[in-house]
Amino acid sequence: MPARYAMVIDTRTCIGCGDCVVACKTENNVPAGLNRDWIVEATRGRYPNLTTEFRSERCNHCSHATCVYACPTGASHYWQNTNIVLVEPGKCTGCKACIAACPYDARLIMHPQGYVDKCTFCHHRVARGQDPACVSSCPTHCMHFGDLNDANSIVSQLLDRRKSRALKPETGNQPNVFYLS
Amino acid sequence: MIEEILITARDNAKVDPYLNIWTWEISIYLFLGGMTAGMMIFAAWAVLAKKDDLAPFASNKLALWAPIVLSIGMTTLFLDLEHKLYVWRFYTTLQVTSPMSWGSWILILVYPVAILQVLSTLRAGYPKLAQLAERLPLVTPVLDISESQKRRIALASIPLGIGLAIYTGILLSAFSARPFWNTGILGPLFLVSGLSTAAAFVLLATRAHAEKLLFARIDIGLILVEMLLIALFIVNLTTGSEAHLNAARLILGGEFTLLFWGWFFTLGLVIPLLIEILEVRGSRLALVTLGPVLVLVGGYLLRQVMMDVGQVSTWTQYESQYDMQLLQRLER
Repeated sequence: MPARYAMVIDTRTCIGCGDCVVACKTENNVPAGLNRDWIVEATRGRYPNLTTEFRSERCNHCSHATCVYACPTGASHYWQNTNIVLVEPGKCTGCKACIAACPYDARLIMHPQGYVDKCTFCHHRVARGQDPACVSSCPTHCMHFGDLNDANSIVSQLLDRRKSRALKPETGNQPNVFYLS
Repeated sequence: MIEEILITARDNAKVDPYLNIWTWEISIYLFLGGMTAGMMIFAAWAVLAKKDDLAPFASNKLALWAPIVLSIGMTTLFLDLEHKLYVWRFYTTLQVTSPMSWGSWILILVYPVAILQVLSTLRAGYPKLAQLAERLPLVTPVLDISESQKRRIALASIPLGIGLAIYTGILLSAFSARPFWNTGILGPLFLVSGLSTAAAFVLLATRAHAEKLLFARIDIGLILVEMLLIALFIVNLTTGSEAHLNAARLILGGEFTLLFWGWFFTLGLVIPLLIEILEVRGSRLALVTLGPVLVLVGGYLLRQVMMDVGQVSTWTQYESQYDMQLLQRLER
């Protein structure tokens, strides 16, 4: 069975430091101003009864990725039949259909070349058995990466044990980035 | 309450602060694509229904404009592509789940048929142009063959025209990520609007009074159907999920209310409808030419409104603390 890669992020230990964002930029040479990942600070409640949650967000590498289905040339594709969604620059026309198709607004155009770029879950590292750069660099170890089809993986175990949620599952995209709370 | 703030820099071009990937190039393309479809359908209908006497322009002259108008649209479509050198990639595959892929193949089928429509009516519609063309080798036999197959060409033009117009709507409606677009009604809506703009084109171009009256009557019907489809579109949005309701609010009291109801609906549908009714009733007012002009304006505004509102309608909306201008000030 092909792997179903997931990221599990513990919002109780994330401090919103931004190291994952910097690690991604460094690892993938993302140009200034553009971001493949970002951090959201969500505050709920009414003063003084407030709770704050930090979420490191990126492409959800959906199992039902609308961006892949919208692509007219097959440039958007699943990597090696896993759920990792990549763009093949040599097939991308820059039509931007995938950007419109993403309910998470997680894709971006890499200027000046003009093809669409996005988070790759660092598949070049995954192919070597390593974690994505953002996960490796997290100073609080709140980020975890692994295969959900492997019951013994750290991500499967965390989702079994802890309360979790994915962002907007009602889109029907079956996102694979989960947040523990 | 809940407040969600982006606390790291994110200023992805055309994605932040809200989606703005498609602008006038795509609106123009959708507008001209719909109009081309309408032109092909009316030209074919006039041939099949033998309307030479009643509708001389639609029968013999209209077809010439379809490939011209489509070419302008295709040019703006090309201008929108960010990775232009790779445009040929559309034609190395058919992606069955992608309406855009279907559309690119529909266009490949539409072009030759639209040109055959021109060839089959060229001698009757533009005799001087035909004479000029016949100085070139092979043109005479090609015109002969096309004329002999005129009805078959017309029969092929109708489904292709319908396919072209409907695809321009389905292209948008297939995006579940953009709740404002996510209804199949956009297909028929863009078809009817395309037919209406093509009828307006005939109204502006023809000199035959009977043809003017005929197409004014047709256009009145089309505008009324378009209004009905708009009503169904609103019903669809306002009976949808939270994401659809948020999208509906953008035109029902939200920031695009004036653009939708004031400009598109009133200026682009209601006023030309009234003017065309006056025309059919025999009014000789100078303003009758304004009717079809406003129909064309309305046809464009429909696509523009769809582009603007659809891209703002979304599932995710964060406040951003990041101000690009601060970074630029630092760099100075």
